[in-house]
Amino acid sequence: MNSILSANAGLIIMVVKTVLLLFIVLTVNAYLTWFERKVVARIQSRWGPYRVGPHGLLQPLADGVKFLFKEDPTPAGVDKFVYHLAPLLALTLAMTSIAIIPFGPNPIRILGHDVYLGIASPNLNIGILALFAITALGVYGVALAGWSSNSKYPLMGGLRSSAQMISYELSLTMSVVGVLLLAGTFNLRDIINAQAAPGVFGWHGIFGWNIWRQIVGFFCFFVAAIAETNRAPFDLPEAEQELVAGFNTEYASFKFAMFFIAEYTSMITISCLCSIMFFGGWLSPFPDSWTFTHYLPSLILIPFGLWVIWDGIRYETIFGRIVLPGIGTVMVALGAVLVLFPAVNEFIQGPFWLLSKILFFLFFYVWMRGTLPRFRYDQLMAFGWKLLLPLSIVNVIGTSFAILQWGPK
Amino acid sequence: MTPQLAVFFVLAALAVAGAINLILQKHPIHSALSLIVVMVALAGLYLLLGAEFVAAVQIIVYGGAIMVLFVFVIMLLNAGVEEHTSLSKLAGGPGLLLAVALAGFIAATVARSSDSVQAAAQNGTLAPTRDISSMIFKEFVYPFELTSFLVLVAILGAAVLAQREKS
Repeated sequence: MNSILSANAGLIIMVVKTVLLLFIVLTVNAYLTWFERKVVARIQSRWGPYRVGPHGLLQPLADGVKFLFKEDPTPAGVDKFVYHLAPLLALTLAMTSIAIIPFGPNPIRILGHDVYLGIASPNLNIGILALFAITALGVYGVALAGWSSNSKYPLMGGLRSSAQMISYELSLTMSVVGVLLLAGTFNLRDIINAQAAPGVFGWHGIFGWNIWRQIVGFFCFFVAAIAETNRAPFDLPEAEQELVAGFNTEYASFKFAMFFIAEYTSMITISCLCSIMFFGGWLSPFPDSWTFTHYLPSLILIPFGLWVIWDGIRYETIFGRIVLPGIGTVMVALGAVLVLFPAVNEFIQGPFWLLSKILFFLFFYVWMRGTLPRFRYDQLMAFGWKLLLPLSIVNVIGTSFAILQWGPK
Repeated sequence: MTPQLAVFFVLAALAVAGAINLILQKHPIHSALSLIVVMVALAGLYLLLGAEFVAAVQIIVYGGAIMVLFVFVIMLLNAGVEEHTSLSKLAGGPGLLLAVALAGFIAATVARSSDSVQAAAQNGTLAPTRDISSMIFKEFVYPFELTSFLVLVAILGAAVLAQREKS
């Protein structure tokens, strides 16, 4: 038994990592809906979810249960095979793309194996290309859902989304070419590590990140990425006023939830990519010599935990008065552990910065949705083809000339 | 049987099954979906041979871009179930004969050069993307540029054809 375990340790670790990542991503997905509703509510001077659990924290759970127990009718006249395949395809591809993302610089040693954070091998030389390959297939979920529903609005939504994704995929791919030229590799880890070198004026930390040299590339990437994930202000495929709900109109219950989860998962993937390609991934914005900044995670966790405890004690429901202080205590304890065990604290630095950046971009997504009105369809196409694509091509040419003139740095 | 060989057989079976399904399906969307399966299975085979870059490009270009356009056009034209005419039914016989002949020809070629094929398959080394790019832009730069010129002409042709007549 023991020998079987040790012989297949790599395989077992891989399975455990996959299950763990799936669990984390699905949980984050659920709370992302809560986060979005809360933030949009704040922007619109409302409270957002407040009924289920303290501060509406159990709302995602309630929504999940609701999705699971709703009736799931199959409309008459649908193409059965494709109709059932489409949500599965969308969800699988979205989940697969997040497997490529590396989440931390250093491995943990478990059972004599170096276990890296993130599923893909650290020497995956085609990292970014693999990601684009998966995104390229992601169109099918939406397009096929629209077609197979055998209904007007979904078909229009599906057509729109295919056209939109085809148009913006070009800009998305072209906009990262500048970064690839600077780093000289497709490997996501190497792209991050290349940004550790001193940058503008030879300053360290934040000044080494690609964002300074690739600000045009970043603009193109982020705009194209929002269009690629069908989010506001580019959420034309599900424009309610024109298309009811777009490609997923005929879907109910958990199949609808699968499209929903796929959309949120691709938001997370794109946020990961933004941080990795342009914002130094897991690198700290401060120079390496500023070791006191390593206490930043505890400095955030402990006061925030204390605030949650304080807020929880005053909460109006009994349930909140029990749960919220519990969550606060866990946060404070976590912060204390980081202070007391320097080895853990050092290990957590990389993931901490990456997660902070990802969270920032997720907030940015929600912020945009709460602020900007939707584009008109012809504006969307004109913007993609006539502005974004030429701009990203000019960026590639400019970067190439700069590298020829001054070298990669 | 090594794990690589097992994966090879799975992918190869998937590709062949997809190709056969492509012909047998009545509806164009189903045929297009089968073709996507073939493309992705081929990418898997490239990956098995250690050609990471080619595999990724195979999916991006064929699985993504080209097949998305196929599906898009089929959706846009709302193409229905294929209708057989007497002539297209007649074409089945010679087509089958030709297919068998082609398969035999390829099998014979592979069988004759099986040593070199197996050597290539079990090499397992990764072809770095850098080598591919230097090959394209140094050794084969003229064929490469000629091809891109051809593509450019095709794009211009498409643009001219799609242009509305000025009234």
